[in-house]
Amino acid sequence: MALEAKNVFFRYGKKQPWILEDCTLRIDKGERLAVSAPSGYGKTTLVLLLAGYLKPAKGEILLDDKPLPTKGICPVQLIFQHPEKAINPRWRLKRVLEESGRIREDMLDAFGIERAWLDRFPRELSGGELQRFCVARALMSGADYLICDEISTMLDVITQAQIWNVVLAEAEKHNMGVIAVTHNQHLAERIAARTIDLSENFK
Amino acid sequence: MRNLNRRANVVILTVFMMVILIAIYAFGLLIPDDAAAGSFLYAKQPPSLTHPFGTDALGRDLLMRTLKGMSVSMTVGTAASVISAVFAVFVGVAAAAGSKRVDVFINWVIDIVMGVPHTILVILISFAMGRGLKGLLVGIAATHWCSLARLIRGEVLQLRSMQYVAVSRKLGKSGGWILAHHLLPHLGPQFLVGLVLMFPHAILHEASVSFLGFGLPPEQPAIGIILSESMRYIGAGMWWPAVLPGLTLVLIVLLIDKLGDNLRMVMDPYSAQE
Repeated sequence: MALEAKNVFFRYGKKQPWILEDCTLRIDKGERLAVSAPSGYGKTTLVLLLAGYLKPAKGEILLDDKPLPTKGICPVQLIFQHPEKAINPRWRLKRVLEESGRIREDMLDAFGIERAWLDRFPRELSGGELQRFCVARALMSGADYLICDEISTMLDVITQAQIWNVVLAEAEKHNMGVIAVTHNQHLAERIAARTIDLSENFK
Repeated sequence: MRNLNRRANVVILTVFMMVILIAIYAFGLLIPDDAAAGSFLYAKQPPSLTHPFGTDALGRDLLMRTLKGMSVSMTVGTAASVISAVFAVFVGVAAAAGSKRVDVFINWVIDIVMGVPHTILVILISFAMGRGLKGLLVGIAATHWCSLARLIRGEVLQLRSMQYVAVSRKLGKSGGWILAHHLLPHLGPQFLVGLVLMFPHAILHEASVSFLGFGLPPEQPAIGIILSESMRYIGAGMWWPAVLPGLTLVLIVLLIDKLGDNLRMVMDPYSAQE
């Protein structure tokens, strides 16, 4: 039971330089992994590949030794850095949550989502508040692997702690694999058992 | 008016314009046929209090005929631009959401249709369909969808690259579901404004094709017909059958155009905060 990237190559366009070259990575179910690297080393590209948003030019992404499913709810869910882009600006937030299935009340409480927010539009909430919805949406889909692409970078430390506590508790409960992309060394040490640095391992 | 903001002013103005247009339309429909019936006793009278627009060579009251003609024009304009706009949405969405080949084909068709002058195409189609209301409707509807279709194609292409659409796909939603829930609601403003701005074009084309004799039959009270008839008498100093109905047409077209602009201002997110 693992999510693997096997000898993955990727570049944006035929004439562009390789962003990822011969990149191999494995995360077991229930494991917590942090990925760090300076800007421009392909952290986001790697997680987009792992979650199936991009297709590798060479190599393969395997989930339990099979390619990622293309239909149905993807068992690998990605949470983006900018929540305001990952939410339809015309939808009330209740609908945003319902997109991934039934709303779980305990999850709303855990994230500190007030019931009044559910009837608001995305532009009426702050980035931190929206990010809670994005994380809740990904968790409620029942994913086996959760990939967090700098989800807490623009949040204040209290909110960061709150969100990560819920994510880690959920991951513990459902034995999920968690990949956290972060610049923050201390955060990486706190949440992950293992840290890989793209600038050392793959360049 | 001074304590209202600009947005409220625009909304009030827009509603006022709509009321005027609907009033003209309804009035034209409600006028009985004999109000515009002729009597040779009153033929060729210049504008007066009893006949504000004067009478034509057959003694028919031109104001009544103009109003009736306007409501016919508006019917043609509404039907043609609604058909055209709906078609444009289908085509634009198909081009953006379908395969590469469909996109290339649709763009090719759009280029061809846009490459031929509208009026000539409307005349040809109207003539081939046996003129009359049907020919005109088909002709106008078949030529006015192109620019809106292009706009919608661009909009859908942009929307499809949004992160929340990609997320939706990963949450197991089908292409059709995403189209109905994520994409189409965003096209509402483009559709409505495109529709309203297409309307004056449709009316002008209806009038010009009828004027040239390829549109509505001569017994129908229509602006194009009135103008076409007036040409015979304008040399004899009868200016009113040409000037007054023509001016009405221009005013109505300008009014609708302004209405479309206002609607865009109200609905466009970039000017919504002004």
